Amino acid sequence: MSDSLSKLEKRTAYTLVLPAVLLVFAIVLFPIFANVWISFKDIELKDIRIPEPRAKKIVKSISENQSELKIVYKLRNSSLIQEIRNVQFQDKFPTNVSPVNLDSRCNFQSKKVVCDFGNWQAKYRENFEITIQNINGEIIDKKIIKSQKPILSGKADNPLLTTNFTLENFKKVFYENNFVELLLTTFYFTFFGTVGAIIFGILAAQLVNQNIQGRTYMRGILLFPYVGPVVALAYTWTLLLDPNSGTLNALLVNFNIIEQPINLLGQKYITMSILGFEFKLRLALTTVIFFEIWRYFPLAFLFILARLQAIPQSLYEAAEVDGASPIQKFIHITLPQITAIISILFMIRFIWNFNKFEDIFLLTGGASGTRTLPINVYQQGFAVSDLGMGSAVSIVIVMLLLSFMVIYFRLIGKRANEV
Amino acid sequence: MKFKSLAIFLIISSFFLTCILSIWKIMATLQGLSFTNLNITPVFLIGILLSLTFVLIGNKLNHLIKILLLSFIFSISYFYLNEASPYWYIFGVFLITLFFTNKLKKYSMQSLKEDFISEKIIFDFITLFGIVFFAFVILFPFYIMLVTSFKTQIALLVNPLNFSLDFTKSLTELFKSYFVIFETYNFGRYILISSAVSIGTVIVTLLFAIPAAYAVARLNFFGKNFLSTSILIIYMFPAIVLVIPLYTVFSQLGLRNSIFGLLIVYTATTLPVAIYMLQGYFKSIPKEIEDAGIMDGQNWFGIILKIIIPLSLPAIASVALYVFMIAWNEFLFSLMFLDSPKSFTLSRAIQYLSGDAETPRQYLMAGSVIVTVPVLLIFIYFEKYLVSGLTAGSVKE
Repeated sequence: MSDSLSKLEKRTAYTLVLPAVLLVFAIVLFPIFANVWISFKDIELKDIRIPEPRAKKIVKSISENQSELKIVYKLRNSSLIQEIRNVQFQDKFPTNVSPVNLDSRCNFQSKKVVCDFGNWQAKYRENFEITIQNINGEIIDKKIIKSQKPILSGKADNPLLTTNFTLENFKKVFYENNFVELLLTTFYFTFFGTVGAIIFGILAAQLVNQNIQGRTYMRGILLFPYVGPVVALAYTWTLLLDPNSGTLNALLVNFNIIEQPINLLGQKYITMSILGFEFKLRLALTTVIFFEIWRYFPLAFLFILARLQAIPQSLYEAAEVDGASPIQKFIHITLPQITAIISILFMIRFIWNFNKFEDIFLLTGGASGTRTLPINVYQQGFAVSDLGMGSAVSIVIVMLLLSFMVIYFRLIGKRANEV
Repeated sequence: MKFKSLAIFLIISSFFLTCILSIWKIMATLQGLSFTNLNITPVFLIGILLSLTFVLIGNKLNHLIKILLLSFIFSISYFYLNEASPYWYIFGVFLITLFFTNKLKKYSMQSLKEDFISEKIIFDFITLFGIVFFAFVILFPFYIMLVTSFKTQIALLVNPLNFSLDFTKSLTELFKSYFVIFETYNFGRYILISSAVSIGTVIVTLLFAIPAAYAVARLNFFGKNFLSTSILIIYMFPAIVLVIPLYTVFSQLGLRNSIFGLLIVYTATTLPVAIYMLQGYFKSIPKEIEDAGIMDGQNWFGIILKIIIPLSLPAIASVALYVFMIAWNEFLFSLMFLDSPKSFTLSRAIQYLSGDAETPRQYLMAGSVIVTVPVLLIFIYFEKYLVSGLTAGSVKE
């Protein structure tokens, strides 16, 4: 009895889970594996259409004799690089109409012209002609002939499924792609974006956790950048930072804080001098990192606030009695309570920042030294239209991510259950 | 000791006052007032004088009279230190000073002798400063977005700092950008498409996620642990690595430029979060209630429909809102899959608008306001549900 019950339970469980699992598998897991396949192929954006035979039908009159017509089919192979094998052609004609001097490749049977064109090379073109006449010498209606579309079929390899592989893409990724700079930029962006978001998150959480008026409103407002659509926010920032008529530059110039407007999103380096040391700052990258922090510190804030509110008030009261200063309270009570959540946040945000595409794409498009790995996937795959190369960069991202995750589950995974 | 804490008190409090007054001045500049100097040093100095007088007077005067009097004197001296400014601006200065002096209430020569008073002063003012700072930094871009959409290209070129709204103009003039993007750029259609895709995604996601989450939460089956771990791992994976394979396959299947294709992708990418959030909630429902259902001869379909769903409506609502927001804000897939303006979503349409350098910025901002407002309204109205959802699901973007 219990055995059949547990069997039933299992069956039920699989029925319930299966639709979701299949969908996620098809759209999320399958592409990750498909990337491996594509990354070993030499394939470009224009190659992904499966080649097909095409025909354009043109009907012409021959002299005054309206019982005869000439039909020209402009035949072509849609692909510029692949052949189509065994092309079959078929067109239908009205009763009493039959072809004259039919091409040797064709047959006329039961009102149909059927042709076997054999193999078409890439770029193949031909003007194929059929002359038709009405057996009874009556006028043929051009429109009827025109409205009938020829049917073509042929066998072609799906360019994605062929089995010629190459290592070229990976060679290019590592040797011709400024790979080291790409990695460094990605790392700067990810690391400083993450750390900044967490620091501002702690500050904001600490603020809102005090007994101040309107703290629920404050919590709501702090989450605005996180819930707003990225497109709207990125363009607002672009406008704000614009060197020509952006509000920020106009304000700074107006109050004589700077003399010349600064192109915050379009300038790769800016030379700064602090205490006599001159150094170059990656300006556009820094700006993008600040946008990133602005947009994502709310998440860190929310998590840390939830944790702060769970700290028993009695701990602080006891510390007060012992004569602890506010800083001591923060260091010895608050900080130990939030380290676990901070380490989890660090990892989650690190991974997501590492994958961030939209923000950089919308702000700079990857120009002025803000090219990160995800931006590179887009540039290679769609701007340069080299899909194989784009996939190879995707693979690099996946490999790095997997190694982050292994580290994550080793180091912090156990803690995740405690929080 | 007392002198040190007094000095810290004066400097920090005056610094805070200078900061809010500078923000006020910046905001006034954006209303078209032509200030060219923040006057930080003089304001800082009279700020120190203000705080000093405040603690020196102590309890000799009634608090209300004291702050009114001090703020009044401060505003007048501020008025003389500054460039010519209208009365509403000085009235604003007066109100800010009033707020500031009111915050000083707990400080007196007596209180400056307490333990750790310097640290406490710093903490107090950093808190105040932090709140003003965060509110300003967050709301300022939203403010610029809104006011730009009401300006004209020429007005912005003449004076990029004047965001004041001219209410003498007719409403049609004022909302001109909005009329233009609806009439010329077809934004009505994009709103419909975005809504259809987002609501569709919510419905399909819930249809798939509720049964799956129930199974993960309640039933025993082989591979369950593997499944719940994979859910976590999958939603760590970025959309950008899915893009190339999906693009090629969708091209061959003719699913690009179709709302259906977008719907499938959005559903698949939000499913892991939805399942994760829902199963957490389902686990918290007492099992006894379901046992009663089983006794009544309900099958799993009846249990989910008649017991689980009614009991977890708040959680389902928060997942639904959350998925809606993800789908509404989504940009990457709509950029990749939609080329034809016939099937654009709002985000894609705005990006398309910006691709033309000739597009006046107020149209771009009007579009941005249109795409932002629904999300913010939903968020403000349902904040409680959403925040619990955000923390529970630890969030996918």
